[in-house]
Amino acid sequence: MTSLKAYVLTRLLLSIPMIFILLTIVFVILRLLPGDPVLAIVGMKASEEQIEKLRKQLGLDKPLWMQYIDYVLSILRLDFGRSMIWGRRPVITEIMEHFPATLELSISAFIVSVLIGVATGLFSSLKPSSKLDISLRIFSIVAYSLFIPMFGMILQLIFGVYLRILPVAGRKSPLVDIDTVTGLYVLDSILTLNFEGLITSIRYLILPSITLGIVLSGVYTRLVRSSMLDVLSTDFIRALKARGIPKNQLLFKHALKNAFIPVLTMMGLQFSILLAGAVLTETTFSWPGMGTFLMERIEYRDYTTVQGTIVFFALLVSLVSLAVDIVYALIDPRIRY
Amino acid sequence: MFAEHIVKLFKKRKTDFILTVIGAGIVFSIILMAILAPFIAPYNPYVSVDDALLPPSSKYLMGTDNLGRDVYSRIIHGSYTVMIVVLASTLISLVIGSLLGLVSGYFGGVVDRALSLVMDSLYSFPGLIFAIAVAAMLGPGVINTIVSISIVYIPTYFRMVRGQTLSVKTSLYVEAATAMGASHKTILFKYIFPNVSVIIPVVFSMNVADAVLTEAGLSFLGLGVPAPIPDWGFDLKNGQRNFLAGYWWVSAFPGIMIILLALGFSLVGEGLNELLNPERR
Repeated sequence: MTSLKAYVLTRLLLSIPMIFILLTIVFVILRLLPGDPVLAIVGMKASEEQIEKLRKQLGLDKPLWMQYIDYVLSILRLDFGRSMIWGRRPVITEIMEHFPATLELSISAFIVSVLIGVATGLFSSLKPSSKLDISLRIFSIVAYSLFIPMFGMILQLIFGVYLRILPVAGRKSPLVDIDTVTGLYVLDSILTLNFEGLITSIRYLILPSITLGIVLSGVYTRLVRSSMLDVLSTDFIRALKARGIPKNQLLFKHALKNAFIPVLTMMGLQFSILLAGAVLTETTFSWPGMGTFLMERIEYRDYTTVQGTIVFFALLVSLVSLAVDIVYALIDPRIRY
Repeated sequence: MFAEHIVKLFKKRKTDFILTVIGAGIVFSIILMAILAPFIAPYNPYVSVDDALLPPSSKYLMGTDNLGRDVYSRIIHGSYTVMIVVLASTLISLVIGSLLGLVSGYFGGVVDRALSLVMDSLYSFPGLIFAIAVAAMLGPGVINTIVSISIVYIPTYFRMVRGQTLSVKTSLYVEAATAMGASHKTILFKYIFPNVSVIIPVVFSMNVADAVLTEAGLSFLGLGVPAPIPDWGFDLKNGQRNFLAGYWWVSAFPGIMIILLALGFSLVGEGLNELLNPERR
């Protein structure tokens, strides 16, 4: 077996305990913490009978270990139970209706953050300790400290209210219909050749992605800067310089490519920060994704849906970190077990 | 000797020094504001003092909110809430995370591997979403918010202290202490911990900056400190409905305070990191 195959297999096996641990942590939080879910759902005034009925319905009358086994088994079957309100629809169906919105926002915010991060990091590394470098360094610290709702509201005020050029809430204009193929409106509009749909979905996407993207870009600024500085001091760059390779080609073709590897390793961790940021961005911009969905269901005390959504986030994070590690190994041959 | 060292450091790393001082200045002003809150706040932050949504004026420096409460007084009292919640939760994470990391790294074995796996998994999970889940189950309240935030940051300290313990453990002076028959307790707290603890200040201030944003996020989402208590994240949310209609002051001032405080702690962490580990770029 090649070492790459061995690596991928080991990494795959390692993610199984991680997923189990996350599932267990979610179970512990939702079942063992003080605060009875049944009482939380029906309220203090409910009769004993009502409480008993709901307890049975949720399987909360069984011993804990049996609840745990039921819980793990149903998740392995991707059965997240049924919502407790409004027609009792399967939780996984509802999650799948909201997930594309979060995915679309995350992807475009990610693109914004990498673009800004790489550009600022690159400029920073050209002249270390120059005025530009120091200003960009301060930018990266400030960007990280921007509280997403406040920053988003300021952008809403400027671009939505004063300049009136961009919408401030929602995913698309109510006047335009977009046929759902993937649930990513921009992609769907392109696939169905819906020009109006494309315009409206991009317009609604701009402010939330810029908000989230700028906040996350600071991390990439410093990462690209320090790895560029490392790469620029290596022998192979000096050798290329000696050979008289033009500076632009040296920077963009040779140095940047190598400086990108640490950026890639950060992506797995950044993804979880991206998701957390997406929750705040969605609530600020009334973006109908997983974050607004989760908050809405917490408010309605829809216990099964809240549990399902958190479990979904846990699975998502594990899978993405697995994917990032594998891609990383494919790109950098030094990474092997 | 020490002063000379400081002067030398200042000349060599002027920017880092300035950034740290600015950050520390912001943080200490807000701590001072929190301590002196009852004396400097002009009005009672809990009750309506005038008409709702009055713009900033000499009488109400930051205007009044939708219930006619003085925004400035709420900001000042809010600093107390934020500081208590953020510092209490990060200190709890620091103590629990560091102790676990120290013991786990020192003794190693199955427990260490299991604990590391749990902490790594927890670390990989989005902090705010984790805090949301805990806070939603615990219900609103000051103590509950502190618990939710502190759970999120335990892995940060665990991972850092454990890693550091692993590298210090193999050093010669620890080996010497072991050979001389020192007890585990002595080795851990007299030899290993002092060498591990040097990295704590940097991690702590970076972590507090993050915790400020998490606390504000939780309250913004309505899962933090309960309603009438002045809190920046909650007050920001409270003003959101009126923000775009032109009543910007109800949200803007709490929002700016959140950003300032997070920025202050980030600057301190950033500056300290460069000053204490100058070899790293």
